[in-house]
Amino acid sequence: MAAQGSGGAGGREVVAGLLSRLGLYLFVVVVSAYFALPMLWLLLTPFSTRPSLAATLPGVTLDNFRGVFENPYVLTSLRNSLLLALYTMALVVASATLAAYALSRVRLPGRDLLLYVLLLFSSVVSGTAAMVPLFLLMFQLDLVNTYLGVTLALTGGLLPAAIFILKDFMDGTPASYEESARVFGASPLQVLRDVVAPLVRPGLAVIAVWTLVNVWGNFLMPFILLRDPDVAPASVVMFSFYTEGGQANLRLLAAFSLLYSVPVVLLYVFVNRRYGFRFYGGIKR
Amino acid sequence: MAEVEVSSLTKEFPGGARALDGLDLRTVDGEFFALLGPSGCGKTTLLRTIAGLEAPTAGKVTIGGRDVTRLPPGDRDVAMVFQDYALYPHMTVTDNVAYPLKIKKVAKEARRGTAAEVASDLQLDTLLERRPGQLSGGQQQRVALARAIAVRPKVFLFDEPLSNLDARLRLEARTFLKRLQRELGVTTVYVTHDQSEALALADRMAVMEAGRIRQLGTPSEVFHRPANLFVAGFIGSTPMNLLPARVENGALRVAGGLLPLPAAAAGRVADGEEATLGARPEYVALGPPEDADGLSGTVALLENLGTGFLVSVECDGATVQAVVPEGGEPGVGDRVAVRVDRDRALVYRAGDGELVAAAPRAG
Repeated sequence: MAAQGSGGAGGREVVAGLLSRLGLYLFVVVVSAYFALPMLWLLLTPFSTRPSLAATLPGVTLDNFRGVFENPYVLTSLRNSLLLALYTMALVVASATLAAYALSRVRLPGRDLLLYVLLLFSSVVSGTAAMVPLFLLMFQLDLVNTYLGVTLALTGGLLPAAIFILKDFMDGTPASYEESARVFGASPLQVLRDVVAPLVRPGLAVIAVWTLVNVWGNFLMPFILLRDPDVAPASVVMFSFYTEGGQANLRLLAAFSLLYSVPVVLLYVFVNRRYGFRFYGGIKR
Repeated sequence: MAEVEVSSLTKEFPGGARALDGLDLRTVDGEFFALLGPSGCGKTTLLRTIAGLEAPTAGKVTIGGRDVTRLPPGDRDVAMVFQDYALYPHMTVTDNVAYPLKIKKVAKEARRGTAAEVASDLQLDTLLERRPGQLSGGQQQRVALARAIAVRPKVFLFDEPLSNLDARLRLEARTFLKRLQRELGVTTVYVTHDQSEALALADRMAVMEAGRIRQLGTPSEVFHRPANLFVAGFIGSTPMNLLPARVENGALRVAGGLLPLPAAAAGRVADGEEATLGARPEYVALGPPEDADGLSGTVALLENLGTGFLVSVECDGATVQAVVPEGGEPGVGDRVAVRVDRDRALVYRAGDGELVAAAPRAG
């Protein structure tokens, strides 16, 4: 094709092509750097002898981590984060499975509209705007400072999207699988447990991990609903890392941030290996 | 021990589509009964209504004398084989076959034993630990059969179980299926859109169109004496010749020639009546052009059928097809005389398309 260009016109095209390619690379480099720099900071600063806001490494040390483990709230907060994430995950996966199955199979007038409205409002439920009424509600229910309260509030926020994702997976399972089970006398719950759930396992894995990561990283909800530092999760405890001078304690923050991120990354790698991240249904036979 | 009976069965889907229209049907205990029809004729809906997967709008379903119209599928004592086999991809062959027994709360050892036994009857012994994805189409089909057999149902319901197999395997599976049904003696309702499959397998069959049964009978009855033009056009691997005709002096004016009135219609049609002559290409013979009686025409096309030829003859504007044995085929462009077997030709009324014949036998 290129051979068809004649003389000067061909040369100019080549130069223009090179320039536009150069521009593209430059753009990609700038954008990547923009996202990579904070990552670099996260990887370097925990081991730095003089942590600062720049991604530099004047000297290597593990002292920052000692500081983290000497802080009385660090390990409990990580455990709290884990508990909160697991509770919410269990509740979200169980409820979303049942709800998505029902919504996928029952022909309900206005079903799709219902889902979209739920999805829309889910961001309101756990969003900033609803914080005051939510706190008042939890207060009335006597659920402030309990994991149940936080778990319920977080579940409410995550459930619509989880149902939405999972319903798509369930829509992809052939009706004949369930019908054959029904002809053999299986109840809807047996069908769900024996046939549908195993087939949508990748979908279950996606919403489970997605819930874990969401709860693990959620700050606002536990910050508002948990008043006691002993029950606060890592995201909230991190907020209290100040020096006596009122400055952000970068030593502590950097090392803790790394510890705090590692489980999420590991989880992502594991699930990606095992199932591959997909947000749509369909079965490999 | 179980015959299936449906009476005045009607099924309307939301939106008003009527899949079954006041349908009556009764199978004999232990018979292989085929439901045949083009897609959309309601045959699958009928099967699914018998299974309990669809609820009828009106009418009754009984199995072995028991009214099951309102019972859930699991309480009807039927087993169904689906077109896509519906094998569970996450279970091994053993688990697939044993799954119905698990639902019926049979102990694990017992159900694995039954599964292994049934599987070995169907030559699946070496595949017990495989998953459906690792099996060929024919093997999957046998696993689906094994799963249906393992529950020892009163009735088998088959929804086009052979249609996903390639042509050669389909013939083998067909023979296998018929032998299996003979051995088990379980009443079987079999849905298919393939007329040759229905003819080959069934003891009796129903040809359906638009939610109604157009003809009910043995394969031989349906093949030799289609009750109306719809069935006549649907049955037969080479389509039946259906030629517009008019009765003249006890004979038929067809395609520019005069043919003797077929035996079955003799004395039942009036002079001057419009009709349609039906003759299977297998019952049409070609002869040298000097044969005066019958039709004559020019050979337009030859299609090789392997053991013979399907010859299309242009007779005064109409096309008549004949099957001639190999070696006896004419050349394209030849003039030939066309003779129709008088004992096997049929006459259909022009108005309603019904067969002109002696009163149909009851049943």
